[in-house]
Amino acid sequence: MSDAGFRLLSAGDTALTVELGEAVDPRINARVLSLDRALAAEAPPGIVETVPTYRSLQIHFDPERLDIEAFAARIGMLVASLDDEPPPGRTWTVPVVYGGEHGIDLEATAGRIDLSTDELIALHLAGDYRVYMIGFQPGFAYLGGLDPRLHLPRRETPRLKTPAGTISIGGIQAAVASIEAPSGWHLLGRTPVRAFDPARADPFLFRVGDRIRFERISADDYTSLARRVADEGWRPACEAA
Amino acid sequence: MSVLRCVDPGPLATVQDRGRIGWQRFGVSVAGAMDPVGLALANLLVGNPPDAAAVEVTLSGGVWEVEADSARLAFAGADIASSIDGRPAASHRAHTLKRGQRLTIGALVGSARGYLSVAGGFRLVPVLGSISTHLRSKIGGADGGPLRSGQELPLVRDTAPSDADLAFDASLLPSPPPRYRAIPGPQDDAFTREGIETLFAAVYTVTTEADRMGMRLAGPKIAHAGGYNIISDGIAPGSIQVPGAGLPIVLFADRQTTGGYPKIATVVSADLGFLARCRPGDQIRFERTDLAGAARLRKDLADRLARLAASLFPARLPAALDSATLLAHNLVDGVTDGLAPP
Repeated sequence: MSDAGFRLLSAGDTALTVELGEAVDPRINARVLSLDRALAAEAPPGIVETVPTYRSLQIHFDPERLDIEAFAARIGMLVASLDDEPPPGRTWTVPVVYGGEHGIDLEATAGRIDLSTDELIALHLAGDYRVYMIGFQPGFAYLGGLDPRLHLPRRETPRLKTPAGTISIGGIQAAVASIEAPSGWHLLGRTPVRAFDPARADPFLFRVGDRIRFERISADDYTSLARRVADEGWRPACEAA
Repeated sequence: MSVLRCVDPGPLATVQDRGRIGWQRFGVSVAGAMDPVGLALANLLVGNPPDAAAVEVTLSGGVWEVEADSARLAFAGADIASSIDGRPAASHRAHTLKRGQRLTIGALVGSARGYLSVAGGFRLVPVLGSISTHLRSKIGGADGGPLRSGQELPLVRDTAPSDADLAFDASLLPSPPPRYRAIPGPQDDAFTREGIETLFAAVYTVTTEADRMGMRLAGPKIAHAGGYNIISDGIAPGSIQVPGAGLPIVLFADRQTTGGYPKIATVVSADLGFLARCRPGDQIRFERTDLAGAARLRKDLADRLARLAASLFPARLPAALDSATLLAHNLVDGVTDGLAPP
C-alpha cells in the first residue's frame, strides 16, 4: 500500500472503515486523525460518529441519510491531502506492579520467548509508548512502541474477565486497561491508575497522541497507591508537550 | 416519589434506551436495547417515543410493583403469560395499574429478551447522554448495574394517562428471518474462500456464552487465510469476529468499540435485533447480502412497524370470554370497567 493509499472496507449497512495503512506507525495514525478532523469540519449529514484507531477510521452512519457513493468519492478526495505529522502529546509516568496475582501471564510469556521474567520486565519498561487510540472500553489506551522481542500472538481464546488497570501485551501492541473486561492479551502486571472515572471532571485520563512510560512498583506500593486513588483521586504525574 | 419497584428482576434486567451515541471514540460502548423492535413496540403501547428507555428483561420477565397513584405499563418483544395480582393479563396491550398492584411477567417465549415500558418513562440521570446500562463499564441505569430485587425506578409521571389503554394487532408482528443476512467485511480477506463459504453454508448453534456483548456460536470452524491477529480497529454492531479457534462470535449492543480479531462479515441492522432474540441451543444460519439487500430489509421492517403503529386501537374485551380474562380486565381502569360482571 502506498503512503497515500487507502481502502474502504464494509462494516455492514451502518458503518464503514477507511483503512489508511497496515502498520502501527505514527505517520499513518496521524493521517487517521487528520481525516477525522477533516470530516468533523465538513460534518456531512448522516454521519453518526467516527472512531479513530491505529491505522483506520471507522465511520458509523445513518443509511437513510447518507449517500454512500458520493461519500466514498469525497473520502477519496480528503485522503489525498492528509497531514502525517503526529500531534504533540503529554507524557505520563504510569506505575506498574509486575507478575504474581497482578500479572498472571508474566512467567508463561517470558518462557515462550526464552527470557527471564526480569528481562521481559526490563524490555517492557524500556519502551517509549505512544497512545494510538482509545478503544475497547472507556479510556482504555492502546499503545504503540512495544519492543519487537515482545511481539506475541494473542491467546487463542480470550479470557472472559481481566481486572481493571491490567497492563498487557498482544500482537505488536501494549495497553493500559481501565475497567474489568474480557481480553485475549497476555497479562503482565497491573496499575492502580484509573484511566476512566465517570465521576471525574475529565472522565478519560489519556488522549490519543500522549506518551506513556512505565515505572516498576512493588505489590505494597500498588496497595497504597490504590488506596490513594480511591480516597484522594490520586493521578500519576504528567508532563505537558 | 412515584416509582416502579422491582420485586424480582428475573435472570437479568437492565434499563436500556437506544444507546450511548457519540462516545465510541473514547472507548465507550453504545449499549442500548438488544432488540430495538421490541423496545419500540413496548414504547408504542404506552405513547412514548420509540427509543425511550424501558426495562430489558432476559429469559423471564420478573415481577414489578407500581408505587404511584397509577401507572400505565406495557410489555413487548416476546410472548408471555403475564398476570396482574395473580390474575391473567392479556398480551399485546398496555395495562394501567393502581398503587400496590403487581405485574408478573413470567417466562419469555419466542425471544430471549423483552421490554417493559412505562408511560412517561423513568426519571434517571443520563450518563454521557443516555440512560442505557452498560454492565461492564458500570454506567447508566439506576446505578450502573443490573436491577435488583427491591430496587426502585423513579417515574416521570405520578399517574397514568387518562385515555384508554392501547393494544395492537399481534398478527402484524414481524417474524424472525429464516436466515440472518450479513455483508462480508471488513476483514473477509483474512479468511480463505472456503472459510467464507463455511460461514454462509453451515448451521451454527448458540452457546451458553451469549450475553449483551456477544454471542459465541458452535459449529464448523472457519479457516483463516493467515494469522488471526489484526491491528485493532473499530467494531460495528453485528460484526462477526473469528478468533484463532475458528468459531464465530457475533457482537451486539455492549460490544467493545475496537478489537483485534478479524471480522469476516457484519449482520445487517434489520436482522440484528431478531438474532438477539435467540437463546442458547437455538440453531441459526447466515445468508450473504449486500448494501442494496440490507436497504430492502430495513424498508420492509420499517413498513411492518408503521402498519403495527397504525393498528393501535383502544383495548377491548375479546369476543370469547372466560372468567379469568374477565377478571383480568376488570382490574384495569377505564374502558373495560363498564363491561365487568356485576
